[in-house]
Amino acid sequence: MTAETASTASAVPAAPSPLRQLWASFSENKGAVGGLAVLSLIALVALFAELVAPHSPLEQFREAVKAPPVWEDGGTWKFVLGTDGLGRDMLSRLIYGARVSLFIGLTVMCVSFVLGVVLGLTAAFSSTLVDTLITRTMDLLMAVPGLVLAILIVAVLGPSLTNTIVAVTVVFLPRYVRLVRASAMAELSKDYVTAARVIGVSKLRLMFITVLPNCLAPLIVQSALGVSEAILEAAALGFLGLGAQPPVPEWGAMLADAREFIRSNPWIVTLPGLAILVTVVSINLMGDGLRDALDPKMQRS
Amino acid sequence: MFLYILKRLALTVPTFIALMFLTFIAIRLVPGDPVEVRVGERGISPERLAQFRAELGLDQPVWKQFIDYAWNLVRGDFGTSIVTNEKVLTEFFTLFPATVELAFAAMLFAVCIGVPAGTIAAVKRGSWYDQTLMGLSVTGFSMPIFWWGLLLIMLVAERWGLTPVSGRVDLIKYFYDAKTGFMLIDSLLSGQKGAFWDAVHHLILPMIVLGTVPLATIARMTRSSMLEVLSEDYVRTARAKGLSPFRVIGLHALRNALIPVVTVIGLSVGSMMAGAVLTETIFSWPGVGKWLIESIGRRDYPALQGGVMLISAIIILVNLAVDVLYGVINPRIRHDG
Repeated sequence: MTAETASTASAVPAAPSPLRQLWASFSENKGAVGGLAVLSLIALVALFAELVAPHSPLEQFREAVKAPPVWEDGGTWKFVLGTDGLGRDMLSRLIYGARVSLFIGLTVMCVSFVLGVVLGLTAAFSSTLVDTLITRTMDLLMAVPGLVLAILIVAVLGPSLTNTIVAVTVVFLPRYVRLVRASAMAELSKDYVTAARVIGVSKLRLMFITVLPNCLAPLIVQSALGVSEAILEAAALGFLGLGAQPPVPEWGAMLADAREFIRSNPWIVTLPGLAILVTVVSINLMGDGLRDALDPKMQRS
Repeated sequence: MFLYILKRLALTVPTFIALMFLTFIAIRLVPGDPVEVRVGERGISPERLAQFRAELGLDQPVWKQFIDYAWNLVRGDFGTSIVTNEKVLTEFFTLFPATVELAFAAMLFAVCIGVPAGTIAAVKRGSWYDQTLMGLSVTGFSMPIFWWGLLLIMLVAERWGLTPVSGRVDLIKYFYDAKTGFMLIDSLLSGQKGAFWDAVHHLILPMIVLGTVPLATIARMTRSSMLEVLSEDYVRTARAKGLSPFRVIGLHALRNALIPVVTVIGLSVGSMMAGAVLTETIFSWPGVGKWLIESIGRRDYPALQGGVMLISAIIILVNLAVDVLYGVINPRIRHDG
C-alpha cells in the first residue's frame, strides 16, 4: 500500500509552489538576478554597518583631510576611498549612507503600500462621494510635479530625515491608491466577487481577503520600483539641502557638501553619486524582473 | 471639438480650486508668524503690528482669507515677494522663458537621439547593440541627475574645458536686451558676433543633464512600441510589396510606433519641471526652478506659494493640451473622456 502511494506520487508531480514558480521565471532574467545580488550585498552592508565600516561615519581625522583613495598617489589603506572635506572616512560614510537611503526607501514603500491599499480599496468599495473625494485628492497631488510638491512639504515642515520621508510618501501615495483602486474595480465585476457577495461575506473580508490578493501583482511591482524612486527623490532633497541634515551621512547631502571640491578632489563628488546610481539601477533591474515574472501580460519587450 | 475642449477645461476647475486650497493651507502651516518674518528681529509697536496684520488680511477669519486669496489668484494677483517686493507673477514670467528654453532643448535632445536609437534597437532585436542600449537605458533612467550634472561639469567643463561651467551666456563678453527671454533668440537678434554660439555652448551641458531621463524613457518606449508595430500585418504587406527596409521602417512602422512615444513626451512635462529644479540649481541657470529653491532659502513664502501654484497650473494646462492634441492625432480615442 505504501509502495502504491509512492508510485502515484512520483507519477503525478506536485504542482510547484507559487514562490518556486516565481523564482523560476525571475531567475531567467540575468539582469534581475544581478540586481538582486548587488542589492542584497548593499542591504547586508547597510544592516551590519557597525561591523563592516572601518571607522565611525562622524569621526573627523584632522590630520587626513581630503585624503585621496588608495589607488591614487598618497592614498593609504587606512582610508580606502579617501576622506571628505572634514576628514571623515568616505567608505564608512557611504556604508552608513546605504543604511539611511534603504531606510528611507523601505519606509516610504511600506507606508505608501499600507495607506495605498486602505485608501484604494475604500475608494473602490465606497459610495460615489467617498470615491470622488479620494480620487480627486490623489489627482490633485499628482498635478503638482513630484519634487516640487516634496519641496513645498519640506519647506513647510522644515528639513529633516523624518520630513523627507513624509514628503516623499505624500508624493508617491497617489500611484498606489490609483493602482489599487483600478485593479479592485476590475475585480469587482468578476463572478467570484459576486459569488462571495451572494453568500454574505462581510465587506471587510471581501475587501481584504477576497479581492486584495488578486490585486497584489502590479502592486508588488510598483512597490519594488517605488523604492528606487523614493531613494532618488530623497537624495535629490538632500542635495538641495532640504533633506537629511548634516552630519547625517546621506548620499544626496554628501554630494551637496562635495560640490566645492569639484575642481580639487573629484572622488569626493564621484563616490556618493555612484553609490546612489548602483543602488537605484539594481533595484530597477530587480523590479523589471519581478514584473516580468509576476505578470505574463506585461511581457518584456 | 470645441465643446469637447470646453468640457475638459471645466473639469480642471475643481483641481484648480483644490490646488489653491493646498497652497493656502501649506503656507498657514509654516511655523512662525508671517508678520514677524516681515518686520524682522527688531520688533515694532502693537499698533503697527495690527496695521500690518490688517494689510495682509490676517485679521480676517480663515475662510474669508481663503476666499480673498482665491479671488486674487483668479484676477491674476499671485502675491508680492517679501524679499524683492516685486509681483510674484512678474518675477515668475521673467524667469520662465529660461526654463522653457532649457526644457525644450532637453526634450529635443531626448527625441532626436532616443527615437532613432530605440528604432535601431527594435530592428536589431537581441543584438549586441540592442543589449547595450537597453543597459544604458536602465542606467539613464536610474540616474541621479544632480550627480550626473556635477560629473559632466567636472569632466567636460573643468578638465577638458569644452563648455562653460554655468549660466546662460558670457555676460562679460556679450551684453544685450532680453527681448524675448529666450537666450538663443535674443543672442541672434542682438547681432553680436559669437553671442549665439556662446549661448549654445552654455546650453549643451544642462540640456544633456535634463534630457537624460527622458532620453532613456523615449529610447525604451520607441523600442517596445516599434517591436509591436513590426509584427503587424501591414508591415508585412509593405515588405512583401518589395519596399526597401528603410521605407518600411522609417515610413510605415515608425509613424504608428510614435503614437505612444508622443504621449510619453506630453506626460513628462511634470517630471521635466522637477528635473529643471535640480538642473538649474547645478548650472546656476536663472529659471523658475532655481528661483523656487532660492525663495525657500530666503523664507520668501509668497514667492514659494505663487511659484508652486503657477508651475502646477501650467502643467495641468499642458497636460490638457496634450490630451486634446492626442485626440486630434489619434481619432480612435477622441470623445472618450
